[in-house]
Amino acid sequence: MNDPLPHYVDSAPFNVYETEHLTPQQERFYMAPQWRLIWWKFRGHVVAVAAAMILAAFYISILFSEVLAPYSRDTKHVDFIYAPPQSVHLFHDGRFVGPFVYGLKYQLDMETLKRTYSADRSKVERLRFFCLGEPYRFWGLVEGRFRLVCPAPGGQMFLLGTDRLGRDMLSRLIYGARISLTVGLIGIAVSFVLGISIGGVAGYFGGWIDAVVQRIIEILKSLPELPLWMALSAALPVSWSPILVYFGITIILGLLDWPGLARAVRSKLLALREEDFCIAARLMGASPRRIIGRHLLPNFMSHLIASATLSIPSMILGETALSFLGLGLRPPVTSWGVLLTEAQNIEAVALYPWLLAPMVPVILTVLAFNFLGDGLRDAADPYS
Amino acid sequence: MLAYLARRLLTMVLTLLVISALVFVIIQLPPGDYLTTLIAELQSQGEQVAQAKIDFLRQQYGLDRPMIEQYGIWLWGFLHGDLGFSFEYNKPVAQVVGDRLLLTVLLNVATILFIYVVAFPIGVYSATRQYSWGDHGLTFLGLLGLATPNFLLALILMYLANVLFGTSIGTMMDPQFIDKPWSWAKVASVLEHLWVPVLVIGTSGTAGMIRRLRANLLDELQKQYVVTGRAKGLAAGRLLVKYPLRMAINPFVADIGSLLPSVVSGSVIVSAVMSLQTTGPMLLSALQSQDMYLAGSFLMFLALLTVVGMFLSDVLLAVLDPRIRLGGGAQR
Repeated sequence: MNDPLPHYVDSAPFNVYETEHLTPQQERFYMAPQWRLIWWKFRGHVVAVAAAMILAAFYISILFSEVLAPYSRDTKHVDFIYAPPQSVHLFHDGRFVGPFVYGLKYQLDMETLKRTYSADRSKVERLRFFCLGEPYRFWGLVEGRFRLVCPAPGGQMFLLGTDRLGRDMLSRLIYGARISLTVGLIGIAVSFVLGISIGGVAGYFGGWIDAVVQRIIEILKSLPELPLWMALSAALPVSWSPILVYFGITIILGLLDWPGLARAVRSKLLALREEDFCIAARLMGASPRRIIGRHLLPNFMSHLIASATLSIPSMILGETALSFLGLGLRPPVTSWGVLLTEAQNIEAVALYPWLLAPMVPVILTVLAFNFLGDGLRDAADPYS
Repeated sequence: MLAYLARRLLTMVLTLLVISALVFVIIQLPPGDYLTTLIAELQSQGEQVAQAKIDFLRQQYGLDRPMIEQYGIWLWGFLHGDLGFSFEYNKPVAQVVGDRLLLTVLLNVATILFIYVVAFPIGVYSATRQYSWGDHGLTFLGLLGLATPNFLLALILMYLANVLFGTSIGTMMDPQFIDKPWSWAKVASVLEHLWVPVLVIGTSGTAGMIRRLRANLLDELQKQYVVTGRAKGLAAGRLLVKYPLRMAINPFVADIGSLLPSVVSGSVIVSAVMSLQTTGPMLLSALQSQDMYLAGSFLMFLALLTVVGMFLSDVLLAVLDPRIRLGGGAQR
């Protein structure tokens, strides 16, 4: 019995990678970096993608506000105060003319003293596209006259009506987007920095630091946000320039928003700091700053960005509410909230309902950010 | 239970102390104290202010002492019902606020009750009939409710009421009762007008609560004990009420922690828009004219409202959930 257990040996050369061989499709999927997995998963959310596109359009528009708006922000048309929205027509008397508006006929109702405008069907005012219109200073720097759309020479074009000084609402909305949409971004940047550093310190060091931070967060979370925002922005010095007030408001909005973010960072860090890779980094002598920033934060950055997206709308709404109440931005700075102050007088709104127009972009933006944030949050964890 | 209560009470007092310090800082934020404002105002009216009088006032209100002592005086006064002095109305704050505080409490409590009463059945319906038409419709409505800021909703409602009915809904009671002592007729009038602001303030909160209750209940409904119960032949309604609902209702109640501050926030701006006889419009005008003692009192009062509300809800939660009263801490 020289061979009690006969065994078989394959004569083919041994290849360690044989069993782990993947098909190209599998390889593409398994080897994809995290961001690509997130993108693939995000792409599946139709609503979120649509929301992202709407927001992208909005944000691109604020780069070219001057070109997109038919009029400048503060151009007053004294003959057209509270003019109603004009509608764009294509056919005149059954004949194709191209996009045009009818001229406005103005009458003062002597009994109610209400201004009434009616479409003058004899005046066909064709819109011009890619035209030279009112001069402007692009971002306040470069002079230009090129606009996407202009009214006919000598004619008017108020697609959303005018306000009490005869300023075109549509143009003001387009300019207002510049302020309203960036308030949330700067605010979220402030809150992001605060949230990550405070939450990071609390979660990484734990102990009494954590306890103190937790108490502070609890207190801040138990405070009603809006009255505090109101009080803080009321305390901004009246002598400040509009730009300073703008930054002051964004910082105030960001200052009260960080607790939610800090809490998320802390709870993740508390779990992650016990992981082996973290201990290894510590043993190699990495500083806490490096460990938090380099090894821990990237683990859940996508989550943070998703939750930050969800808190941008509350900041936009905060600015709108503050400006609406007259505590936030003040004219000549124009944001959607500033525009809505015109709608404070409900009698005026009843006569001129187009003063409520700024509501539409506000609600659209808030909805879009909510959908986008929901989609991002789902996609943020592609490995699940 | 007693130990839990004591601990909770202590944290509440500490929280209020910190908040009071915060509010005091805010009061002090605008440059100058309110005496300089007062003097400037008197001088602009052409009145000469004697230095002796200024010194006397400064001493009386403790404005010549260090900041920390001023804070002590203010806090001490606050505890004794002396809320400081409103220079805008030239009256002590306590006299200015009148029954606004009571109406604010009423408005907020009514809104919270409204949110729970409406959100509960809808949430349960949405969860038990997931992906039905009713669920989809309610979810869509909820999303709209979440996205529409309540002050815009107030504007829209006021506009509609003005155009359709020609009436103004922006008030808390019939005009003849304003600033009158309380009577049954006044109470009835207040209750009659209450529903509009309650509806406006409560919409977004209700939408959020429905979403959360639906998610909680859906989580529970997938658990094995529900399957077991169903397999053993328990009637659907009885099964729902007996087990998953009881589990899902805990976070529902605990959520008041995030609900209350947002409701109070909302009530401030909505009452400012609709000019209700609550603290909102007065807080706004106090802030605009930098009448900081009045504003500070309102801020403190609103914070008090939320913190006490949270305390009460925590007590309720402890009654509901033995894990909390035995010291596990709230699970949010």
